[in-house]
Amino acid sequence: MITRRDFIKYSLQGIAAIAVPLTAIEIINPSRLFASKDTKKVRWGFLVDTQKCVGCGLCVRACKLENETPYDANVSRTWVERYVLTKDGKVFADSPKAARDGFITDKIELGHGKLEEIKKDDIEKAFFVPKLCNQCENPPCVQVCPVGATYQTDDGVVLVDRKWCIGCGYCIMACPYGVRFFHPAYGTAEKCNFCYHRIKKGMKTACVEACPFGARMIGNINDPADEVGKIIRIERVSVLKDEFGTKPQVYYRGLSKEVR
Amino acid sequence: MVHGELWTLKELFVYPNEYIYWSIQIVMYPFMTGLVAGAFVLSSLYHVFGIKELKEMARFALVFSFALLFAAPMPIVLHLQHPFRGINVFMTPHFTSAIAAFGIVFFSYGAIVASELWFLYRKHFVEVALPLKEKKDKGLLEWIKFLIFCSLTLGVYDISEESLKKDEKAIKILAAVGIPVACFLHGYAGFIFGSVKANALWMTPLMPVIFIMSAIVSGIALCMLTYIIVMEARKIKVKSQRKPWMMSLEEVKGAEIGVIKITAKYLILFMIFAITLELLDLVFRGYTAVKHWDILRTVIYQKDFANIFLLQYTLGNLVPFILFLIPGLTIRRASIGLALAMMGVFMMRWNVVIGGQAFSLTLSGYMEYIMPLIPHDWETFKEGLGGAVGIFVMPFALFWIIAKIFPVFDSKEKPAGH
Amino acid sequence: MKSHIWRPLYAVIGIVAIILIVRVFIVPESFGVHEKGYMYGWYNKSDENYWKEFKVKYRSSGYCKDCHSDNYSSIMQTPHAIIQCENCHGPAIDHPENPAKLDINRSREQCLRCHSYLPYMQSDRSKIRGIDPDKHNPGIECVNCHNPHKPSLESLK
Repeated sequence: MITRRDFIKYSLQGIAAIAVPLTAIEIINPSRLFASKDTKKVRWGFLVDTQKCVGCGLCVRACKLENETPYDANVSRTWVERYVLTKDGKVFADSPKAARDGFITDKIELGHGKLEEIKKDDIEKAFFVPKLCNQCENPPCVQVCPVGATYQTDDGVVLVDRKWCIGCGYCIMACPYGVRFFHPAYGTAEKCNFCYHRIKKGMKTACVEACPFGARMIGNINDPADEVGKIIRIERVSVLKDEFGTKPQVYYRGLSKEVR
Repeated sequence: MVHGELWTLKELFVYPNEYIYWSIQIVMYPFMTGLVAGAFVLSSLYHVFGIKELKEMARFALVFSFALLFAAPMPIVLHLQHPFRGINVFMTPHFTSAIAAFGIVFFSYGAIVASELWFLYRKHFVEVALPLKEKKDKGLLEWIKFLIFCSLTLGVYDISEESLKKDEKAIKILAAVGIPVACFLHGYAGFIFGSVKANALWMTPLMPVIFIMSAIVSGIALCMLTYIIVMEARKIKVKSQRKPWMMSLEEVKGAEIGVIKITAKYLILFMIFAITLELLDLVFRGYTAVKHWDILRTVIYQKDFANIFLLQYTLGNLVPFILFLIPGLTIRRASIGLALAMMGVFMMRWNVVIGGQAFSLTLSGYMEYIMPLIPHDWETFKEGLGGAVGIFVMPFALFWIIAKIFPVFDSKEKPAGH
Repeated sequence: MKSHIWRPLYAVIGIVAIILIVRVFIVPESFGVHEKGYMYGWYNKSDENYWKEFKVKYRSSGYCKDCHSDNYSSIMQTPHAIIQCENCHGPAIDHPENPAKLDINRSREQCLRCHSYLPYMQSDRSKIRGIDPDKHNPGIECVNCHNPHKPSLESLK
């Protein structure tokens, strides 16, 4: 039988034992668990004009050099896709070496080292689509990170913490756009971050700078005077794969239904 | 070289950054956790539902589940690009991620199994520790043994009738609590896949349930198979070393067909659940035929046909099903059926994990996984055949060690009075 | 409470306590819930600085203008004015300190990025004057005849 004296003694011991580790628990303020919705804040957005893109791949080259993605590794933070639709209704698409060297031949890569040559007269419709991280408003990659090594900043850009990432690859699996990969040197998840170091200094991203044709634009879409924001508001633009509810923030002009 | 490039073959239009990032170790991960959960559920059938015929099997299954428990997180750790940062999952868990919950669920599950084992073997610990405590001139080995068992008693030396009664009650409660936790542990391994909305093959709310059912199938099959092998091996061993003063052959029985028959019934039951759910999933996908069905169909019916319909459904499900249902079950026939059933569950994991990456996010391209067979560096070892076999062998090695502390078959080998 | 039944629980509590104490030493101080809430904003705030301080390598044409004003102004008169200097000479990084001399990409492939003709009508590519690289002097560098700084065909070397 337990006496009252013992009961008090053990209770106090127990409280003391629990109190020590309690101090170690992060004290989370419930009001901070949910994001604030302040529309006056900076929100980086991107605009791609697929008509203007000529598939030169200078953006990919600039991105790789700017962001130290190993130049010869077959991964890239941004890439350009080519779509060629033939008169018999077939859709061909490729992005050789992520279009780092552009598209200098009319042969389409089919994988396994095979190439398909499409004659000029067979082409019904053909165009290029640059791709990059959509910096989603609801990024599934961030949601699934088990350790909080990838996150959304206040201005809407999703970053990866190279010192904290464990390299499980769950974020790579969760991204519907396939923008993530493992950095060959760091072994951590890697993705486009709108050249965060540049936009924070008031510069444009490396890919926007490198594009000779103005096919890529970046801006603070919450700013009423911002050109990108204006186009998104008043023109017909679309986004990629909105069925996933990710609310992507890379907007496209002239997207076609064949674009994946 | 980019991680994944070595074993990925791309065909048609695939995004440049896409590779098979989740390879054989991620196949092993749900397979191993499934074995843990299944073994535990099997042991609980006796402790909670009082199925007497399973008494011997229950004790064995629990110890084996404990051995498997240590092996289960190994595939995930091996697969990490930064294995030593794995601790971060406990340091800054992000619970919106299914993987973060793994740390907590796995830990609480481990605690339950360990506690249940403690109650089950407490008497044994005390019986080993007490004589050693009284012994004056202990050798080094005896000291080590004493320290191990002394700490295992957790300072409790009371083995009176009354306290042992309490133990039994605690075991029953723990086993009952353990079933939902075991199901949760594994169901949520299914959730890891089922919640990936980007992946057309994975995303279904049925995934966790399918995973639990097939987990129980594989767990029961492995326990039965190991039980048969261990019992038969004992029989052979005793036969070969038989001395007149040792126990008679009747006492050292091999695997009992009665136990096997009863357990096989449960195996069949859970197998039916698993197959029903899997087929429901398949039929539903085909019937609703949403956007991604075109590519799923080519993957399921063409690219992965042999893996899914021959290895998984026919050899892994149908054949064992028939083997168990034909009357007059023998140990040998049961063993074949069990091995095939386990292979079937493994193939199911393979077809989910690898099959889910067999097509591109573009829905117009394919990726093929070429498993590295002969390793030429650490990466191709751990993400190849060697790593998978290593992980599979690990619980057996652990079981051999753990069984030295928790004697599984003590009742007949120990002298009378035990 | 005195019953031995609770012993395993004490062991578990002990392990949890150890984890929580270890956590204090390992987790960076600025790790926590930030602006975007627990779902999207659970991270180490100081990591933002890693990315803010990342080295800028492409300095854009404005960086070249002052020292290379003659080259800059001459190319501005041509259709190639839209191409940033660093697409062929660069990236500048900290030029002229580091690197003292920039690599110049004079390769045929560099020109073909735009000037290999592709009949893709829904892209402005089809509006760029281009050649068929298999037929137009294959194997010869473009710069042997064409000056990228004076690209008009009238000023061929």
